Amino acid sequence: MASSIRVRATANGDITEVQALIQHPMDSGFVKDAKGELIPAHFIQELKFEYNGKDVFVADWGPAVSKDPYVKFSFKGANKGDDLKISWTDNKGASDTTIAKIS
Amino acid sequence: MTTTIGPLPTRRLILQGAASVTLIGLGNLPFAASPARAAANDKYPEEAFKQKSEADAIKALYGKTAEPSDKVKLDAPEIAENGGVVPISVTTTLDQVTSISFFVAENPNALAASYKIPDGTVPAVANRLKMAKTTNVVAIVESGGKLYSASKEVKVTVGGCGG
Repeated sequence: MASSIRVRATANGDITEVQALIQHPMDSGFVKDAKGELIPAHFIQELKFEYNGKDVFVADWGPAVSKDPYVKFSFKGANKGDDLKISWTDNKGASDTTIAKIS
Repeated sequence: MTTTIGPLPTRRLILQGAASVTLIGLGNLPFAASPARAAANDKYPEEAFKQKSEADAIKALYGKTAEPSDKVKLDAPEIAENGGVVPISVTTTLDQVTSISFFVAENPNALAASYKIPDGTVPAVANRLKMAKTTNVVAIVESGGKLYSASKEVKVTVGGCGG
């Protein structure tokens, strides 16, 4: 299965800009399906970016984050060719991890 | 960088395709052996996410109140045609930022997202949130142990919390 996480990490001088897009339904628990039954909440709770064994960005998310979430941030000190590890866990205990090369 | 932030009815379909177009496809990478690490020092703030009002959520998350600051810049659209996908970002000129959080005042639960900003990470975040109706979006920046906020009203034409 292809990874649910797509990342672009670009080093520009000392700053590395990271954009991530994750495929996830992010169901809020307030939406009803075609039969009028509530779709249970299903959303990513924690998303973590690690560089060199250190957290560089940690997101705690609630169900108000849009479906197929997108996030952008920047951090200092990384070089082109380095690895950035991204992982998420959702409220049902599912998770995914990927490693992106900084370009 | 173009991402599809569009109020399109076929967003679900488009996003799935756009994901592979706009960002680099990474293919299959080995699944690193890292079990869900709910580390003791950075636990998921369950209680804060359960609070209904913005004030309660801020209190549950930080245990203090915020003061408005023009050093916190919140960027959100005037009008969001699709409340399901509202692009919101925040930047700040404050130093020693340790976290940035987003609240949508009249959502069923006000806290939408909270980001930890470790040393060496630029205090700026862009993300996309759902909004149930026209209301204030509030960004809180924690800097040097204090809270600073900025807020902006976003008019929502079609709510994003369904029902």
